Amino acid sequence: MNFYAVWSIYKFEMARAMRTLFQSFLAPVISTSLYFIVFGTAIGSKIPDIEGINYGAFIVPGLIMLSVITQSLSNAAFGIFMPKYNGTIYEILSAPISPLETIIGYVGAAATKSIFIGLIILITATLFISFNIKHLGWMLVFLFLTSVSFSLFGFIIGIWATNWEKLNLIPLILVTPLVFLGGTFYSISMLPALWQIISKFNPVLYLVSGFRWSFFGTSDVPIFMSVMSIFIFIALCLFIIFLIFKTGYRLRE
Amino acid sequence: MDTLLSIHKVSKTYKNGYKALNKISLQIPKGEIFALLGPNGAGKTTLISSICGIVRQDEGHIKVKTFDTIFDWRQTRELIGLVPQELTLDNFETVWDALSFSRGLFGKPPDTAYLKWILNALSLYDKRNESIIRLSGGMKRRVLVAKALAHNPELIFLDEPTAGVDVALRKRMWELVQELRRGGATVILTTHYIEEAEEIADRIGIIDKGILLLVEDKIKLMNKMSKRQLIVFVKNKIQTIPKSLNQFDLQLHETGAAVIYTYNKNASRTGITRMLSALSENKIIVKDLQTHQSSLEEVFLSFINKDQK
Repeated sequence: MNFYAVWSIYKFEMARAMRTLFQSFLAPVISTSLYFIVFGTAIGSKIPDIEGINYGAFIVPGLIMLSVITQSLSNAAFGIFMPKYNGTIYEILSAPISPLETIIGYVGAAATKSIFIGLIILITATLFISFNIKHLGWMLVFLFLTSVSFSLFGFIIGIWATNWEKLNLIPLILVTPLVFLGGTFYSISMLPALWQIISKFNPVLYLVSGFRWSFFGTSDVPIFMSVMSIFIFIALCLFIIFLIFKTGYRLRE
Repeated sequence: MDTLLSIHKVSKTYKNGYKALNKISLQIPKGEIFALLGPNGAGKTTLISSICGIVRQDEGHIKVKTFDTIFDWRQTRELIGLVPQELTLDNFETVWDALSFSRGLFGKPPDTAYLKWILNALSLYDKRNESIIRLSGGMKRRVLVAKALAHNPELIFLDEPTAGVDVALRKRMWELVQELRRGGATVILTTHYIEEAEEIADRIGIIDKGILLLVEDKIKLMNKMSKRQLIVFVKNKIQTIPKSLNQFDLQLHETGAAVIYTYNKNASRTGITRMLSALSENKIIVKDLQTHQSSLEEVFLSFINKDQK
């Protein structure tokens, strides 16, 4: 194991986040705070409790997931896309570093940043809304697994993308709608029966539901299905990354 | 001398069908400075990229020391340092961080003293805390060299290291290459500047259309291939060369003020004395003489032209 290489990539990626502190940490916090103010405090006060939970508190796990998912995707995608874009990828490709070590470096850094953002948003939420976390350990597990899984997905997007437009395409047309329709702002029990069935094909629902369960003990889908879905998603991402490195797809001629 | 790099029948065809390398075989002994010459698209960068692991060859094998670049990739890559052709750097990093990153990437623990030495050797130490974006093109080129040396490699590839670099810095680079060799490194460089190969290489390879046309000791190559010309300036301009001088295959200078005699300097008889006597017999009075040795560039072009024919 080339630990120095893993550490170098990790440190490099974290240093990039530190250089762009506003963009990396402050911007998601500000945008999420606005969600809390608008949906939690202003509109939320007019909405009745959902499953016995105040609406402002109800959306806290969903909003954290929204940021964690989008940040994991963009951080990991940008992390590997940039060296491809500016040509410095030659150094990674010619270094004695295995695909696994490369992934640990890039995905590890992206996931770390997302976890930090998630925790910062959680702390920010306490400034607006009062709530308790029922299963703290599970909350951290979900936060960790979601960050890792979407960072892996972001890594794939970063390799696949050949320009800036493609880099933003999948997060924009696929992930953002899935996150918004995955129960971030509502419980699927509020939807008509047909839409409840359709919603269950949305993988993000399982993440949001599981994460919300760790907060309040209630969920739209059974908790084991949430955990299972994350592991299936991680396995799928790892398999695709394995194929990418094996074939050299968009990395090595 | 021990062989450091061994390339055996390596071929590479890109997806678009372009055959960049065609059964290339080459041995590089330890401590050598080898210059690979060739026109654009000849296969120089593909060959280097195959050795470094950036491009996968379709056929053949490459060994660094006893390690195969495919099967023992970790060991071979630890031994290699690459300076790419393009100025590919992360512009927002500092010089010091860029070097530390490269050293770590190649599995080496931090070594402040060694990195300081490299930066001093490349006159970059004062710029160590500067963002790369603030550096001039020449400095960026040196940062690339410094990054390639950061893990103390034994085999260094310089892919057109002095492209776009001023004359003074180019000379400094050449000195550095010699210093690296004295430190035990083996250097392979590709260049468009024939002067560069002539100045620093021990051996020269000429590649074109993916085929290694020639590998030869630089001095032997120049001796073997070199034609020398004797330019004979005459007192009175001449319009045509007399037929009696046809045997010497003289060329008339466009001004009419000189004739040019081409000969092989290694031949037992150059024919100079006979030619000068013949001029005298034809009442052509010699005013001055000048010799010209063909450069490596001319040798290179003659090879490429021969290949194209």
